[in-house]
Amino acid sequence: MNAVAPDVVFGPGTPEAARNIARRRRADRAFTGLVYAGVAIAVIPLVAIIYYVVRKGSGIMSVGFLTRDIPILSRSVGPGMGPAIIGTLVITGTATLMAVPLGILAAVYLNEYGKKNRLATVIRTMSDVMTGVPSIVMGLFIYTIWVLRYGLSGFAGALALACLMLPIVIRSTEEILRLVPAGLREASLALGASRARTIITVVLPAAISGIVSGSLLAVARAAGETAPLLFTIGAARNRNWHVFGGATTALSSQIFSNAQLPFAGAQDRAWGAALTLIVLVVVLTVLARVVTRRFSVPLR
Amino acid sequence: MIAPPSTTRPPETGAAATNGKGPLHGGSRLADQTFRWVCLASGCLVLVVLGLILFSTSQQAMPAFRAEGLSFITSKNWDPASGHFGALAFIYGTLLVSAIALIIAVPISIGLALFIAELAPPRLRVPVTYVIDLLAAIPSVVYGLWGILVFGRQIGRLYVDIGGWFHGIPILGTLTGDANNLGRTFMTAGIILAIMITPIVTSISREVFATVPRDQKEAAWGLGATRWEMIRGAVFPYSRTGLVGAVMLGLGRAMGETIAVALVIGSSATISAHLFGPGDAMASVIANQFGEATGTFRAALIGLGVVLFIMTVLVNLLARKITGRADRRLAGGKR
Repeated sequence: MNAVAPDVVFGPGTPEAARNIARRRRADRAFTGLVYAGVAIAVIPLVAIIYYVVRKGSGIMSVGFLTRDIPILSRSVGPGMGPAIIGTLVITGTATLMAVPLGILAAVYLNEYGKKNRLATVIRTMSDVMTGVPSIVMGLFIYTIWVLRYGLSGFAGALALACLMLPIVIRSTEEILRLVPAGLREASLALGASRARTIITVVLPAAISGIVSGSLLAVARAAGETAPLLFTIGAARNRNWHVFGGATTALSSQIFSNAQLPFAGAQDRAWGAALTLIVLVVVLTVLARVVTRRFSVPLR
Repeated sequence: MIAPPSTTRPPETGAAATNGKGPLHGGSRLADQTFRWVCLASGCLVLVVLGLILFSTSQQAMPAFRAEGLSFITSKNWDPASGHFGALAFIYGTLLVSAIALIIAVPISIGLALFIAELAPPRLRVPVTYVIDLLAAIPSVVYGLWGILVFGRQIGRLYVDIGGWFHGIPILGTLTGDANNLGRTFMTAGIILAIMITPIVTSISREVFATVPRDQKEAAWGLGATRWEMIRGAVFPYSRTGLVGAVMLGLGRAMGETIAVALVIGSSATISAHLFGPGDAMASVIANQFGEATGTFRAALIGLGVVLFIMTVLVNLLARKITGRADRRLAGGKR
């Protein structure tokens, strides 16, 4: 591969050479400037969004906002997002209980049993593809397969979120399992442990921090999702701890509906809900990083 | 603490797997086999779900597909009240908005990836990575909230001004015409999507840049190249395929993104070149109209979902194929 066009064909010290070097320096500086400008442009929206969410959200934030009911009249001013917080926790929690164990088992299949065989390759590709399936399509899917038969419920929303989380958990877990040294498995197998026992007592514990942090990132992504919930959980305002118990609500759905209302009170509640949601998501993301740093077994 | 991986390991399906009756053998062979099957079943779940998505949604969309036939994707007449469901305007909107997003996001993302991989002083590298992670962590609906209540209103005035400057000029006048002062436009949706896909394009580009062999870069440095010449001559040629894959993945994300777009695009079923005017995209139509839809209308919206599903799956498969090819080439190049 030709690295640099050899355009310097004249001796050093000549005026042409000096001009040439100056031109190349200029190009280099222009490039560096552009890259720095790009970084600055990328930082602006992040700062703007966080600034507005914190400024507008903190105005309404209080213990009452986190615990009280959502006002019946959208135009009324004042707090209340309690049911939405409960809904988000219940729905995301249920989705996690479904997606994380299944995702880990699938990853175990890919890395410990299937390896490079045809089925494993297909599953690997398809779970990559599944990460790219739009979240709204997951919502429609659960609508057609579950809601049409059994009605709206937190569980239907959890199913949709679980579909979104599954491929993320699979891929992140598989990456981590791949890092577990073969020597560990061989030592366990040589002691006479079965394949299943080796995986459960040796391989998975060695990889646990990576699995936990990958799963936390998947949970963070699911907690913020709105589109899969639109057609699955309905639009209740009451507290609903019961995951199978009919319509419920969630923080993200509340932000979506309140953002479109022309009332200042509703918009304030949307900002408050956004602040709550961002704090939740950022805590999960940071937790994932901490888990990776603190508890990772040195695998290499 | 942990033994280094042995270099001469036996084939894992051989001696190790047939071992099942040792003195320390825990659990029965049945349990071992059961575990294997449970894992296999979980793996196949991915295929089952993908298959079910296609089957179940297509089945529910059938009434609309049957009523409209091919004009579902070739007609732009979307009129639920009189039972016409031509989705061309939404397909156009999705593609237009994604194109705007890519045009903005790709140069910035590649710049960010180069910054992290090649340019950044060590103390800036970690903060910039955090910024990108945070951009990825912000939920779509929060982008939408910011877009509809803050950003759209701010930039809406700018649209009107720019529309005024270019009024009457042939192409620019058309592109900037019909400016919406609330900022609910193709352009706003495109800009917000650009912010949202920047993290994924950046992180894949970073991975791609990380695979450029060190000796190629050092050879360029050794020839006296400036940093830009080194990147142009050693990094870009090596990573071109991978970057195409990154862009395709960004495209897939942009096409499927729903909530932020639904809030800022303006919900108007029109095919127009007015970037500063309202429009609509496939995902946002589903989100905004599903609530009041019944019968064939609802089937048509599910049908939109089917079309969107197929489009994003194709784009993703293509992206994986491209990056897969790049991986193989890189793996081959190392030895």
